[in-house]
Amino acid sequence: MSGTFVGMPAFPQAAREAVGNTTLRGNLRHATHTIRDKRARAVAELEDWAALREAGKQIKDHTLRHLDRYLVQVEEAVTAAGGTVHWAADADEANEIVARLVQETGESEVVKVKSMATQEIALNEALEARGIHAYETDLAELIVQLGKDRPSHILVPAIHRNRGEIRDIFRSEMSEWGRPAPEGLTDTPAELAEAARLHLREKFLRARVGISGANFVVAETGTLVVVESEGNGRMCLTLPETLISVVGIEKIVPRWQDLEVFLQTLPRSSTAERMNPYTSMWTGTTDEDGPRTFHLVLLDNGRTDTLADEVGRQALRCIRCSACLNVCPVYERAGGHAYGSVYPGPIGAILSPQLRGTGSEIDASLPYASSLCGACYEVCPVAIDIPEVLVHLRERVVQGGPAVRGGNRVVLKPAKGHAAERAAMRAAQWAFTHPGALRTGQRLASRTRRLHPRTLPGPGRAWSGSRDLPAVPAEPFRDWWQRTHGGKGGAK
Amino acid sequence: MNSRERILGRVRRALADVPDDARPYQEAVARDYLREHGQRSVAQTVDLLAENLADYRALVHRCTDGELPELVARLLSAHGSGSVVVPPGLPTGWLGAVDTTLVQDSAASTAPELDRVDSVVTGCAVAVAETGTIVLDGSSDQGRRRITLVPDHHICVVRVPDQVVSSVPEALERLDPTRPLTWISGPSATSDIELDRVEGVHGPRTLEVVLLSGS
Repeated sequence: MSGTFVGMPAFPQAAREAVGNTTLRGNLRHATHTIRDKRARAVAELEDWAALREAGKQIKDHTLRHLDRYLVQVEEAVTAAGGTVHWAADADEANEIVARLVQETGESEVVKVKSMATQEIALNEALEARGIHAYETDLAELIVQLGKDRPSHILVPAIHRNRGEIRDIFRSEMSEWGRPAPEGLTDTPAELAEAARLHLREKFLRARVGISGANFVVAETGTLVVVESEGNGRMCLTLPETLISVVGIEKIVPRWQDLEVFLQTLPRSSTAERMNPYTSMWTGTTDEDGPRTFHLVLLDNGRTDTLADEVGRQALRCIRCSACLNVCPVYERAGGHAYGSVYPGPIGAILSPQLRGTGSEIDASLPYASSLCGACYEVCPVAIDIPEVLVHLRERVVQGGPAVRGGNRVVLKPAKGHAAERAAMRAAQWAFTHPGALRTGQRLASRTRRLHPRTLPGPGRAWSGSRDLPAVPAEPFRDWWQRTHGGKGGAK
Repeated sequence: MNSRERILGRVRRALADVPDDARPYQEAVARDYLREHGQRSVAQTVDLLAENLADYRALVHRCTDGELPELVARLLSAHGSGSVVVPPGLPTGWLGAVDTTLVQDSAASTAPELDRVDSVVTGCAVAVAETGTIVLDGSSDQGRRRITLVPDHHICVVRVPDQVVSSVPEALERLDPTRPLTWISGPSATSDIELDRVEGVHGPRTLEVVLLSGS
């Protein structure tokens, strides 16, 4: 399997293949159901959950509303604390900056903390092309990297793998990368974790450059926050001499106090814990403790385009907890790879088409990768109305219209492949504004209902391929109303 | 135009549709959530800390000042520790009864050297009862971040009730953001295999918390 997402097929095609994989479905069902129930219990412990959720939403909205001011404040605070701030408008620029910074240290390998931003920009591949080896140190990322696989979940990128598959990957691949898997490795999670500990320890101890993302950046203090479980984050953040953090511009919160909201909502939403095992906070550099050099790379890469969309900008509130993935009936069945992005699941279905635009087949199909059931909105700790954005993006795909791409205003053309849908909508609009024609049509449909096909012909075939056509009643509603109520002067 | 100006310009254009919002930050965010959850006496808060620490597999002990040296010595020997790294400002009496090798931390000591040390004993900055969390801030009784990370066994002493707060909001109030902070809730763990929690990956696999009371 290829390690990148370039040239992915549209969601329906990828999902159809994934749904046929019974091992994958079993793995996903087990994992998502385990975490779903735990999350519900962890959230139920806090009687003020709704107020925390609302505060989180408001903090993020306020920050986005004044993002230019807060970005400048972050730059000032981080610089004052001894860090260096870089600005990257897109993925290529961010990769260039990081590669140059690594090359300046003279090192040819780096250890990495799990980071969605660096996955989004394909940093590992960009570094490899320049002769720099990036070692993923999060257990799930390690499984993905060793298996030459792609991530399929925001929190647990190897969620599609069960313990037996993980053991096989460790046995066959670890020796290629460093210390081999222990003899007689079994598939118990504790032994697998121990194998990862031994394999990575030598890398941590000799690493001189660490690369991370961040969960939060506090504007008033210049503090970065990384939330994790295993301690690999702490290793990468404190042992190397140089630390480079690549952070999306939407990760900012204005004040230190704001962390009190997210440090309560994020762990409970993601791993369903009261608190994750380790949270690191650092402000610039500290003498004799941790890296001597700290670089912060502020990443746009489609975020300002997303910010320009009145409905879609709420996606930038996301704190990457992955609760929406774990409750989604579509994700549970199709798995993460079908979404063709490092951001799978409901949040991915609204984030990827906004960050990357709706130009490709996969991105144009993502807003449809949902039944609009609303479970994602319900669990979202920053109240992103994902169904609302999905419907908004469907409209953009079908009708086209104004949008911002790469900072420029553009008018998108209606997507191909929706001609039948547009024709049907136009016909419906005409019918609903011509009551006589509507009545005649409905009566005709009722009288001929025994002759109706079970599937649609022509371009409608794809639609009815996975859906039942609605049964036409023996009598149109309006006729029934006239016959039973209409003549009697009102409803009974 | 450099990327800084480009990004800031894009942000400003992106927000052109938004009406001016002159509301100060304080009014923009309704903080209707609780400062702490439930009402507890001081003793009950300490009990909750102990309960939540244990729930995430930290080993919890209680003792008085006078009992501490014996307890620390016993924990180190029970763990089979041959050496223990000592932060520069650790109260001298804490390790008074210890007969294993003491390794003073210094800026010159390397990570591989630290990897050969079995245990570390530290104080803490604050402990959070509701979440079962201890927070280190690099003060002299806690030392550099790496000494509580590389050794496999961490004994952390919490002065109760002075260093204990109920909630996350109360903890943040007490902490200084300019210091490097590490929040620790149980030994290192992972949920990466089938979303099931397993304790013990890269950080110390054994976390022992001593709740130290004055008398």
